[in-house]
Amino acid sequence: MNILNLLIIVPLLTLLAIGLAGDYKRVRVSAAIGMGVQLLLSIYLVYSYLGERAAGNTEDMLFMLDYVWYDSFNIHYAIGVDGISTALILLTGIIAFAGVFASWEIKEQAKEFYITLIVLATGVFGFFISLDLFTMFLFYEIAVIPMYLLIGIWGSGKKEYSAMKLTLILMGASALLLVGIIGIYFNSAPEGQQLTFNFTEIAKYDMPIAAQMFFFPLTFIGFGALGALFPLHTWSPDGHASAPTAVSMLHAGVLMKLGGYGALRIAVYLMPDAAKEMGWIFIILATVGAVYGAFSALIQKDLKYINAYSSVSHLALILFAILMFNGIAFTGAVLQMISHGFITALFFALIGMIYGRTGTRDIYKMGGLMKVMPVLGVSYMIAGFASLGLPGFSAFAAEMTIFVGAFQDSSLFIRVSTIIVVSSIVITAVYILRAAGIMLFGPIRNKEFLNLRDAFWYEKVSVFLLIFVIAGFGMFPDWLSSMIGDSVGNIVDRFVVR
Amino acid sequence: MTNILLMRQEIILISIIMILLVATIYKSKKDKGGVNSFALVLVAILTIVGFLPSDTGSLFGGMYQLTETTILMKNVLNIGVFIIMLQSSSWLNSEEQKENSTEFLIILLSTLLGMNYMISAGDFLMLFLGIELATIPTAILAAYEVKKLKSVEAGIKLVLLGALSTGISLMGVSLLYAANGSIYFDILSETIVNTNLNVLGMLFFFGGLAFKISLVPFHMWTADVYEGAPIPVASYLSVISKGAAVFVLVMILFKVFPVLQEAWTMAVYIVAIITMTVGNIFAFRQKNIKRFLAFSSIAQAGFILLGIIAGSAMGMATVVYFVLVYIFSNLGAFGVATAIYQATGKEEIAEYGGLYKTNPKLSLLMMLSVFSLAGIPPLAGFFGKFFLFAAAASQGYYWLVIIAVLNTIVSLYYYLLIVKVMFITPNENAIPHFKSDNYMKLGLALAAAGIIVIGLVGGVYDWIFTLSWGV
Repeated sequence: MNILNLLIIVPLLTLLAIGLAGDYKRVRVSAAIGMGVQLLLSIYLVYSYLGERAAGNTEDMLFMLDYVWYDSFNIHYAIGVDGISTALILLTGIIAFAGVFASWEIKEQAKEFYITLIVLATGVFGFFISLDLFTMFLFYEIAVIPMYLLIGIWGSGKKEYSAMKLTLILMGASALLLVGIIGIYFNSAPEGQQLTFNFTEIAKYDMPIAAQMFFFPLTFIGFGALGALFPLHTWSPDGHASAPTAVSMLHAGVLMKLGGYGALRIAVYLMPDAAKEMGWIFIILATVGAVYGAFSALIQKDLKYINAYSSVSHLALILFAILMFNGIAFTGAVLQMISHGFITALFFALIGMIYGRTGTRDIYKMGGLMKVMPVLGVSYMIAGFASLGLPGFSAFAAEMTIFVGAFQDSSLFIRVSTIIVVSSIVITAVYILRAAGIMLFGPIRNKEFLNLRDAFWYEKVSVFLLIFVIAGFGMFPDWLSSMIGDSVGNIVDRFVVR
Repeated sequence: MTNILLMRQEIILISIIMILLVATIYKSKKDKGGVNSFALVLVAILTIVGFLPSDTGSLFGGMYQLTETTILMKNVLNIGVFIIMLQSSSWLNSEEQKENSTEFLIILLSTLLGMNYMISAGDFLMLFLGIELATIPTAILAAYEVKKLKSVEAGIKLVLLGALSTGISLMGVSLLYAANGSIYFDILSETIVNTNLNVLGMLFFFGGLAFKISLVPFHMWTADVYEGAPIPVASYLSVISKGAAVFVLVMILFKVFPVLQEAWTMAVYIVAIITMTVGNIFAFRQKNIKRFLAFSSIAQAGFILLGIIAGSAMGMATVVYFVLVYIFSNLGAFGVATAIYQATGKEEIAEYGGLYKTNPKLSLLMMLSVFSLAGIPPLAGFFGKFFLFAAAASQGYYWLVIIAVLNTIVSLYYYLLIVKVMFITPNENAIPHFKSDNYMKLGLALAAAGIIVIGLVGGVYDWIFTLSWGV
């Protein structure tokens, strides 16, 4: 059995098990077991991927499998992974597992909740293993649409508004993406040859420049909106603020990475000429996004809004790095996807736990929480330090790589924008420390908070798991960055030849 | 040697109508349920026979033509009619309709007969007869609930506007005859040249069919008639009647008017844009589920035109495929509406609030249907729309495709509103749990199966694509 197929089959079996389970206890146990198996599979995938590479297998994609699906359009169910997608699958596996434990307390319509959540996760796994643009797009939408129900039914606050806004902006962007994909298909091969959706095939052929100039912006904006490209990021703060904890984790941690991955894999990889020509527009947008997100986080009072804007800022770094068109920056971009995925998931998990206890997310209504719940408080500080790029945590390795990559290009435009983007890191330190200071230290403003309990066992599972991987990747980023670095070579080659 | 068995579909259909007619005589007015079940079996047989291998050829000097593709189109319609009959059986067996229920089926099948002749027509005379047979009885169907003022109003609207539209069509045919001296498709396709008279004739004819497909600006009747007519009739009009007209339009444009492609492409381009946009914008404000589905079906018709504009075998195949998908998706939505109306008499969208808590299966099917209509993967509607867009893009109409995808997002908004009402909005007075009869359950299950399966099984489209389209 192909291991990549298993990555789809296990979630489907989990769905079946949840569907058959009786009460909410069995439902959540089935979900935990299913996602646990999925996590083990992801780890095993990394292990066997590294094994294959060590054994000298130099093919672009490993564990490939190809079935014809629609003969007349040459649509295939084609799967395979390289270093980039393997790393992101590991990320998804860990966060999906942690997410199940973060939503342990959901009792109302638990079955429907877990089914929708796992459908979302299935979409993400499918997206990362797809080699066929059509299949990839299909999984992309499967991953996005459950958000509407997850936020609309189990969310809080102005959930209906947020759910609708998020869905419409993301589906609107994916509609542009659809045109981009159809356009790539009809320009995927020289006149008279078999057209294809398989991007490893398309990359061997240089699309006509006119087609690139038309379809690159559609594709990049389509993916970029999910990667919080300014000014299409507005769905993200509202969406995260209203979403239940596990959904925020999966969405900020994994789903938004689909945008960066797609922008790199599809837009930049397949249409390098247009990317070079039009890159400057998106570099400006990414630069604005990084600084704007950081400043917006600075003035927010709601914990979730702070973290959502922080995500906008950090994700802009990914898009920025993708547009630097060199191997170091590409590696940095993927490292940042992974690092930000873990950190933001940890943040949202902790925020969900704090909100569940205090009943408020307004930092000015809290204070001194460190005394009441030291485990959660310390974890929050760790997440904060990791997020602001303290050496020893994963974000440092990622952001460092991005900026080293960005400085490879000596043009004035890139230099100036790099400096502006770097300054957003400084602002990050300010808003992280401000929020943590007000919320965790100082006097306890509300006496009722004295009775609050610290983390339960299932909460510790998800928090400690995430802290462990953040620190782990921060201490030993080498194997990960070399695994990614080998695979971005293909994409870089598209630029070197010219 | 002409082989009369080429018309076996029509012959079986006429036999069914005759059998039902005789059967009603011998049954008392109180006991027609048995006849209706018998009719279902007969239509099931008709549907199955349609899939048996058959010769192709033409009859009556080319007036009647049977090709692989026309057989397919008839089969698609048969499947739809079978599902509609399943879904309408509880309505037919209700107290008010019981007495005249078999007549309803007879009229319904007569219109299907008309559609079969429309699709198989080899000249304009046959086509016109088919259209008339398919249109006039639908007015009776729309006015079937004679005690309701709105139903009668719907019937009168349909017959008056239908007469007007066939008149316009006929005008177009006369112009074509005046210019070319023939009404046979085969001859016309060779003799037609790009003159103003021919273009005018074609446009008049297009206008007449556009009425039946409810393309903007010929759509005004749609919402009123759907609202007034009984729900099974509304669903019949929105899928079968519309599907047949789409099939005819696509065949006529491709086979008779290839020379005038430049002219009709422009017409279709403009009509596609306004149809999608108007349908979507008006669907926003609808509070009644039937009116809502009416405007949604107008918007869907606009999407279908994207396949027509491609002007290739691929375009034709995508259109037929989309109609197949659309039949299942729309019948899912209409089926749920019928079930709810039959059990509770409610047809306002707001009254569906909290439906998931009380009737989870119905809400799930409704969600599947509207998601399929909106084109959300992995449901069939996604594949249908994707192929339509790809067909239009294959001819380079990228801007049209962009307008269309933006329209799908607008449509997603109002489809999500339905989902929101059923799943999210809390409602104290939710429709209580109810059970439908087994026919209805089968009808709904068939629709659900179609929505889920057709897209995932790649063979369906591939098979349609390999048929000879003769373009």
